Amino acid sequence: MSDTEPAIIVKDLYKTFKLPHDRHSGIKQLIVNFWKRKKGYEIQNVLNGVSFEIEKGDFFGIVGRNGSGKSTLLKTLAGIYAPDSGQAVVNGSLIPFIELGVGFNPELTGRENVFMNGALLGFGRAEMAAIYDDIVEFAELERFMDQKLKNYSSGMQVRLAFSIAIRADADILLLDEVLAVGDEAFQRKCYSYFAQLKKAKKTVILVTHSMDSVQRFCTKAMLIKDGNVEYVGDTARIASMYREENMDKDEVAKLLEKGTSANKKVTVDARLLNKPSDSELLFDIAVTSKGDMPDAVMAVSLTKDSGEIVYRWASNEKLSEDILIKGDKKIVVKLNIQNIFPNGVFSLNISLRNKDMTTFYFSADEILKFRVVNRSSYSADAYWKPNERVEISQ
Amino acid sequence: MKLSNMFSRRNRILLRELVVTDFKLRYQGSVLGYLWSLLKPLLLFAIMYVVFVHFLRFGKGLEHFAVSFLFGIILWTFFLEATSQGMQAIVGRGDLIRKINFPKYIIVISATISALINLLLNLIVVFVFALIDGVDFHWSALLFPINLLELYGLALALAFLLSAMFVKFRDISHIWDVLMQGIFYATPIFYPLQMVIQYNLLAAKLLMLSPIAVIIQDSRYNAITHTDTITASQIIHSPWALILPHVIVLLLIVVASLYFKRSQKHFAENI
Repeated sequence: MSDTEPAIIVKDLYKTFKLPHDRHSGIKQLIVNFWKRKKGYEIQNVLNGVSFEIEKGDFFGIVGRNGSGKSTLLKTLAGIYAPDSGQAVVNGSLIPFIELGVGFNPELTGRENVFMNGALLGFGRAEMAAIYDDIVEFAELERFMDQKLKNYSSGMQVRLAFSIAIRADADILLLDEVLAVGDEAFQRKCYSYFAQLKKAKKTVILVTHSMDSVQRFCTKAMLIKDGNVEYVGDTARIASMYREENMDKDEVAKLLEKGTSANKKVTVDARLLNKPSDSELLFDIAVTSKGDMPDAVMAVSLTKDSGEIVYRWASNEKLSEDILIKGDKKIVVKLNIQNIFPNGVFSLNISLRNKDMTTFYFSADEILKFRVVNRSSYSADAYWKPNERVEISQ
Repeated sequence: MKLSNMFSRRNRILLRELVVTDFKLRYQGSVLGYLWSLLKPLLLFAIMYVVFVHFLRFGKGLEHFAVSFLFGIILWTFFLEATSQGMQAIVGRGDLIRKINFPKYIIVISATISALINLLLNLIVVFVFALIDGVDFHWSALLFPINLLELYGLALALAFLLSAMFVKFRDISHIWDVLMQGIFYATPIFYPLQMVIQYNLLAAKLLMLSPIAVIIQDSRYNAITHTDTITASQIIHSPWALILPHVIVLLLIVVASLYFKRSQKHFAENI
């Protein structure tokens, strides 16, 4: 095994599954099916000729939508599934983390589970005993190790499993990003572990849905779709392709660049007047009221598809005069925002309330949705675009 | 599958851990814990002894029949445990098989090893009973490990075969239950072979074509008493019929390994 040899070579990998029509697995079903000349199962092609190579030291991301064949590919690389045809050559030792805490048994104590899990990672009793204290300390579970695992909270179990997992020493690590579940502190731990692996130039394969992770950790990535490799290479490109793909047709249809929402007192119409790729976003918001709304304040926010609020505006903060709503009235607000938003889907949320925030007259999320695209410059994905001053001396 | 790989360091570690966990889990939460695996065959023995020996007078006048009887029950219990636990082993560890790649045979071996440990401890009990009953051990007792090896080979082969079949056909467990019940009655365990011979010699000969019957009778002959144990060679004179049970064992071992090896690739997706 030389250093220039790829860590993993996958060639023309095919994998199909037989999906039984019903859950009866038994001799009766076999006979019945034979009698009726039925196959009793359906063939599902999961991998359709996947080929790629991973160099030593690559932090290789595999992305794709649910059902694209990622997990099957991962399991085939891990040797859990046998391919129908094709090859997956792995040079070096490989440890898969399809799930944390494989072999954990709720009826055993934390201590016993550590040894069991360790054995699956290839650690002997003595080796495990040597690192046991470190594991427990890292998991912050000193007081609980002699309790049965079933009495642990799920967070505690994950912490324990993760503390063992990061001890695994193999040439190649397969990580499924479902690993990064748990609270924020735990996610940070996970990410710092990823960063550590990257720094140590470990060969890592990361299966993930998070484009942030791909761009942060991966040196290279691959997009698969319906069991085929769509693209292998640059992570930024992968991220934008994946986002593109993730906008399925239903969602595109839901993108409404105008919308209406109403309750008994208020009807709000909102429209985006120009294109979401323009340098400015021009919103037209019409409020039709029935009855008084003392001290009315209008609040507008934009939310990115990932959930963060990226923009906020409230009439009492940004306008010199108050909005007066008395009786049946129609007011129109024209909002003009510099479009410095990154690629992604954004939705407009509007609320009407009084100044003290004690009464909400109206509140609607996602009144309209729009999508910023095709601004494929290097900085298009960045969240913040402050004005900068740059000097270059050469 | 190379033999050197078969017991590589990692596999040994795993095997050990699986056996230990199995053990802990089985007796967890029970007050008597491990004692149960000794008590169970003893209690079974006690019941059958009262019914068959005390009331029905089976084995009356035969030397050390009680010890022979107990010995038979212990060997049978091992056979039953090893095959039925072995059968469930692969499916029972489906969670592992779906998440990590490791040699599957380790799981089956670990299940039979638990049964084997029980057997060895139970044999101590038999030994104590034999001493109390005044059994005069013959040098042939040294041959007993060979019988034991054959028994283990038979049980292991069946465990491999059944565990792999059980992944696809769950009916196997019910079929096996019934089959084992039948084989139990068709094996001279709680009745002496002499009873069958008196009744019908041909029937006795047929019984002694079964590997498990041959192994049990040979074990009794070697380890307990020569006087009142009738082995296959004493009633069957055709050499072919004599080696047939051993050929069955060998054949089972070969077929089971091949079948297991072929089907293990698809365990992860079929469980």
